[in-house]
Amino acid sequence: MARAVTQQRKILNTTLAWGIGLLIFFPILWTILTSFKTEATAIADPPVFLAFDWTLENYTAVLERSNYARFLWNSIFIAGGSTLLGIIIAIPAAWSMAFVPSKRTKDILLWMLSTKMLPAVGVLYPIYLICIKMGLLDSRLALVVILMLMNLPIIVWMLYTYFREIPGEILEAARMDGASLKEEILHVLTPMAIPGIASTVLLNFILAWNEAFWTLNLTAAKAAPLTAFIASYSSPEGLFFAKLSAASTMAIAPILILGWFSQKQLVSGLTFGAVK
Amino acid sequence: MKLANALRAATALTVMTTSAAYAETITIATVNNGDMIRMQGYTDDFTAKTGHEVEWVTLEENVLRQRVTTDIAAKGGSFDIMTIGMYETPIWGANGWLVGLDNLSAEYDADDILPAMRAGLSHEGTMYAAPFYGESSMIMYRKDLMEKAGLEMPTAPTWQFIREAAAAMTDRDNDINGICLRGKAGWGEGGAFITVTANSFGARWFDEDWNAQFDQPEWKAALDFYTGMMGESGPNGYATNGFNENLNLFQQGKCGMWIDATVAASFVTNPNDSTVAEHVGFALAPNSEGVEKKANWLWAWALAIPAGTQKEDAAKQFIEWATSKDYIELVAENEGWANVPPGARTSLYENPNYQEVPFAQMTLDSILAADPTNPTVDPVPYVGIQFVAIPEFAGIATEVSQEFSAAYAGQQTVEEALAKAQALTNDAMEAAGYR
Repeated sequence: MARAVTQQRKILNTTLAWGIGLLIFFPILWTILTSFKTEATAIADPPVFLAFDWTLENYTAVLERSNYARFLWNSIFIAGGSTLLGIIIAIPAAWSMAFVPSKRTKDILLWMLSTKMLPAVGVLYPIYLICIKMGLLDSRLALVVILMLMNLPIIVWMLYTYFREIPGEILEAARMDGASLKEEILHVLTPMAIPGIASTVLLNFILAWNEAFWTLNLTAAKAAPLTAFIASYSSPEGLFFAKLSAASTMAIAPILILGWFSQKQLVSGLTFGAVK
Repeated sequence: MKLANALRAATALTVMTTSAAYAETITIATVNNGDMIRMQGYTDDFTAKTGHEVEWVTLEENVLRQRVTTDIAAKGGSFDIMTIGMYETPIWGANGWLVGLDNLSAEYDADDILPAMRAGLSHEGTMYAAPFYGESSMIMYRKDLMEKAGLEMPTAPTWQFIREAAAAMTDRDNDINGICLRGKAGWGEGGAFITVTANSFGARWFDEDWNAQFDQPEWKAALDFYTGMMGESGPNGYATNGFNENLNLFQQGKCGMWIDATVAASFVTNPNDSTVAEHVGFALAPNSEGVEKKANWLWAWALAIPAGTQKEDAAKQFIEWATSKDYIELVAENEGWANVPPGARTSLYENPNYQEVPFAQMTLDSILAADPTNPTVDPVPYVGIQFVAIPEFAGIATEVSQEFSAAYAGQQTVEEALAKAQALTNDAMEAAGYR
């Protein structure tokens, strides 16, 4: 009897999980489907789900009009660069907070997080002026630094949480064996925290990839990433849904594939230390 | 002979190297409109003629507005040419943010630009942006449904006729709404439409001392009429409909009439996208009985050069190329006269080929009927028909249109919306030092 109930619950849970999963994925699926419709079919009422004449004309039009490779490369450079730089700065910071905390560590952590509460537009003008003065407007370097600073609190917080799960005795033992600070962090701490670091890297890469305020406001023709590529297909006067969907599909495809292949690391990293 | 050839070769080489030395790459910020995208496709023609290369930055309208405003105010120099509208041009011109376009070449024939467009893109007599395409608003209607309703559309109908016709054309069982109009919040969306509607009822935004006028009976009459007519014959959820939503409805055959931008005429008559292409007729925007002013606006997407650009000469050459008669000929030759950028040049409307385009004359008549310097029945201290050309307007009108949209959606009464609009407008104008 108990077994039957468990089985029933399992089926119910699975169905519910699939249902919620499909509901969350549906907007992405709809975007992908719309990208294969004509502009007229894209706005048809009632909407057409699968029974339409599939066409690649939107992808052809988008590829003809925009330099997709340049936008893609800029996205990879900016998201990758800001994540890498953030990790390099955050690992020592999180180490010191996790293993040699001071009286003010908790305050500093909270203060760091509070910077995320500042609306970005509030500092747009000062940052814009700084970029002009330094000649960094429409440069990938400016975005790497700004997105790194923007995501640094999250990176430090995540790494701090993972590092706290690692017993300090192991690091102490390494120190007693004569390991320098650099060796301790690089050869002892980092390998043990790989799942946590991997999920932090992935999450921040996704955050930087999707960032659409600074990337739109600080770029023009040279450093614009895929967010600007998508924004260029929205129109105030005229039909644009099919082409916009094609551009969106092309913009999310790389990150979707990356997420697909790394979901195991992402989940294991995010649940790292959740159960003792 | 050999000497002559050598001289010719040397001259050619000199010309080539000189032009190469002066060849620039200019960056242009623009919106994703059909005519603008078409222009991007012809960039090679400009490069072949001048040697200059072009880099395009295409953005959504509101993003573009925010982006170029930040850049020009901070003197960022990200763009050598910006696509801006009739609202920004006189304000930015007055601020000294734009390069004056008075010294364009004789071949360009600046006098050929439609006077209304030129006036709307000038400040104190200096033109600061060249119109790439211009538009007014007009009625687009279904001739078949009008006939079925036993009515005939006059060339210049009144609002009262429109309401009657809308009710007669409405067929809820077949999902046909007699009329589709903008209700979406936003100064350039529903805000623009209700402003011109109010103009045609004798209302105005401000009196001559910059006092808000939403407490006057003309505004109440306009809003009562609009909500009443849309309740009777408009689509469900019209409070969130803007240009694209109504375009969609009209093309799907779900609107008897649609009053909106003249540029939409080429979309609704295009059989590839519109299911009702062969049934569309046009008429002038309506006015209320006894009021002379019609509910039509004036707008242009225009090309301007930000002050401080290092590539002013190349930018001017581009503007001359893109807004020239030759460019219109180039597009007509390759894509037909219906696809040329409309509403900018007088000569286009004198061209017999263009006169054959079904919506050409009505577009011109609508543009000519719009007077941005004298937009309302009573005198006003501002320029602009569907907007007030002061920097504070975009913010104020967005808030006002949000209040109106809430009234359209039934979340508050028209009286409440008008009272809130009156208070917030006067507060903002006082804070800005107008009152």
